[in-house]
Amino acid sequence: MIKAEWFYWLVGAVFIVMGLQTLLDRSNAKRYTSGTFWTLLGATFFYSSWVVDKSAPAEPLGIAVLILICLGGFNLVGKGTPRTTGEKQRTELAKRFGNKLFIPALTIPVVAVLCAVVVPKFHFGGHVIFEKGNETILGLGVGAIVALGVGMWVLREPRVSVPIHAGRGLLESMGWALLLPQLLAVLGAIFQAAGVGTQVGKVTEKILPNGQLLAAVALYCVGMFVFTVIMGNAFAAFPVMTAAVGWPVLVQHLHGNAPAVMAVGMLAGFCGTLCTPMAANFNLVPAALLELKDQYGPIKVQAPTGFILLACNILIIYFFAF
Amino acid sequence: MIVLLGVLVVILGFATRRNPLLVVGVAGIVTGALGKLSPDEILKTFGESFASSRSVTIFAITLPVIGLLERNGLQQQARILIGKLGNLTTGRFLTLYLLLRQLTAAVGLQTIGGPAQSVRPMIAPMAEAAAERRNGGRPLPEAIREKVRSHAAGADTVGVFFGEDIFLAIGSILLITGLVNATYHTHLEPLDLALWAIPTAACAFLVHGARLLRFDRALERELVVANAESDVEESAK
Repeated sequence: MIKAEWFYWLVGAVFIVMGLQTLLDRSNAKRYTSGTFWTLLGATFFYSSWVVDKSAPAEPLGIAVLILICLGGFNLVGKGTPRTTGEKQRTELAKRFGNKLFIPALTIPVVAVLCAVVVPKFHFGGHVIFEKGNETILGLGVGAIVALGVGMWVLREPRVSVPIHAGRGLLESMGWALLLPQLLAVLGAIFQAAGVGTQVGKVTEKILPNGQLLAAVALYCVGMFVFTVIMGNAFAAFPVMTAAVGWPVLVQHLHGNAPAVMAVGMLAGFCGTLCTPMAANFNLVPAALLELKDQYGPIKVQAPTGFILLACNILIIYFFAF
Repeated sequence: MIVLLGVLVVILGFATRRNPLLVVGVAGIVTGALGKLSPDEILKTFGESFASSRSVTIFAITLPVIGLLERNGLQQQARILIGKLGNLTTGRFLTLYLLLRQLTAAVGLQTIGGPAQSVRPMIAPMAEAAAERRNGGRPLPEAIREKVRSHAAGADTVGVFFGEDIFLAIGSILLITGLVNATYHTHLEPLDLALWAIPTAACAFLVHGARLLRFDRALERELVVANAESDVEESAK
């Protein structure tokens, strides 16, 4: 049986290899701290396995997470100048390979979905092939590996070091932001352990008329929208609103379909992202890139869609999740 | 009640544009302390929840193959394909781009578009060229040019936002499963969540597509008015 932990080790190993390359990358002004960040992140993926099966204490991992937060938070993670192809060269390569370039990329979702849907139906000597409950995640891993093989074959690229270096270029350009979603999940767990959910739940009970389904759904979606507008980030709004309304009221109390409530709730937050200057990278950067005089130009054309889709999301949850 | 100050830390931190990692770290420690967790328990919660939410970060495994494709001209090939849509009106062209952006993001190709990758070099100039054709080849008045460019950026953003969540290995989907599974000890599958992104994606296409098609008509009216005004100015000279 293929276990999810093995896949986490593979991801950890990729981070460690890229981290060691970063340590040796003289073009990166912050190579020591950047290299430490990625290598330590890779190491946590291994150590976590023992934390999950409770054979190692969680405190050292907690300290490692705080170190990662400091390295990223104090701007100590930088990027080097990747040795890659230029714009002109890429245009020529695109002409040479044409639409074949899309094949490896499409391999990832196709293999991932096949693994999640078809593979669990097969058994091998009485055992399932993928660890139960982790088929999608393992499918993604298998999909990425198969796609890499297909890509190297289609592009006639014999060296594994080329995709590793190219991947490191992308990793470094994402920088610490890559870790933000996982840390927001951590924050959600801390909120729960500290009792934030129960407290917000009490406030919610006072606001919400008893058992009013539509009002509860609207509160969840509008809350996601408003928090996202204030914070500029739907990911950050999600732990707050889920602890407050999404989980205790909509899923536990009113028995909503959890995947529907959560997925559409997140999208209600995305509607907020369309309308806020706080999401600078999505709304203000394009205005600057396009040399617009009115830096709110994109927000003005996006906002009506944002408001209409917020209403759509409320109705989708109301009609389909209950 | 006092633990809610932790939520306030998050809101203030993001709203004042502090580094998000620091905001999360500080908010976690503050909330834990206000919730009467000992320092040891706080560290333990950080560690345990980090370990059980690793699935959120596994999308990094796709970076080598995406990097390989990009250095071999993936974005350039996407532009070559879009370039074949040259003869449409502004609204129709942007509606088609919206659909393409949604579909490609839904299969994990979020990086082939974007403000720097496709809007500035390709989408905005093509949308403008289409509007200029409508204007009889004359350059666009400044206000209308701004609106066309804004719509080019908007179509890109709406497309990727309401397409990417159908791809199961995107940060937002993995964040939901990671957070919910680690916090509430239940089990959500990324694939189930991804499927629930489809109804909203369809609504997004209908709503924003309709608005872009209506923009064609508004554009026509505004061009007539703007040209009439400039004709009056011309004759006044």
